[in-house]
Amino acid sequence: MRTGIVHSRPLDVSAVAAEVTAPANGAVSVFVGTVRDSNHGRPVTAIEYSAYSEMAERELQDIAREACAQFGTEHVVIEHRTGYVALGEASVVIAVASPHRAAAMDASRWIIEQLKQRVPIWKREHYVDGTLEWVGQDG
Amino acid sequence: MTFDVLLFASYADALGGRSLRVTVPEGSLVADVVRVLRALADPGTIPERPLVAVNRRYAKADQELHDGDEIALIPPVAGG
Repeated sequence: MRTGIVHSRPLDVSAVAAEVTAPANGAVSVFVGTVRDSNHGRPVTAIEYSAYSEMAERELQDIAREACAQFGTEHVVIEHRTGYVALGEASVVIAVASPHRAAAMDASRWIIEQLKQRVPIWKREHYVDGTLEWVGQDG
Repeated sequence: MTFDVLLFASYADALGGRSLRVTVPEGSLVADVVRVLRALADPGTIPERPLVAVNRRYAKADQELHDGDEIALIPPVAGG
């Protein structure tokens, strides 16, 4: 199991974790990125994500494949949500399963860093005062 | 050659839509399309060397373009 997809439905963390779970694996590492209520001290009410979906999925699949090769696992699922995501809701879920914990946890960290650098997805923050702004990588 | 260049996020705002039709001479490079687009946007909204994808892969400024290529101008990414 190795996939990377982008869609606008709420993310189901348990379902993503279940996809990578297999008897040969003793570890499943799940990273969930969620919408935070402030950015650089500015109160945020929601984030709107947009994507170049076809390319984003291609990049996610490349990242999943590279992670498998680098960390010796065969089980990676990455899902990124688009559209309006409310405070506290998940924008991204990464699940990696591996026979042992170190590879699963290291791969998970590597994947989110790669995603933030390479995958053509953008976010526009909605602020309490009603304004909106596209924000960069560190946002 | 005529391309409908795909635009996203802040670059879509800068150029007023999700795509823009651009015509360039045969043999043009990625940098040539960028030059045309930048001339249509307010100064400062699109950098001199933005990320560009050709056929859904990141491309260098000196990559030659061909009829039918899918070109996209990629603002700084911010997933996660």
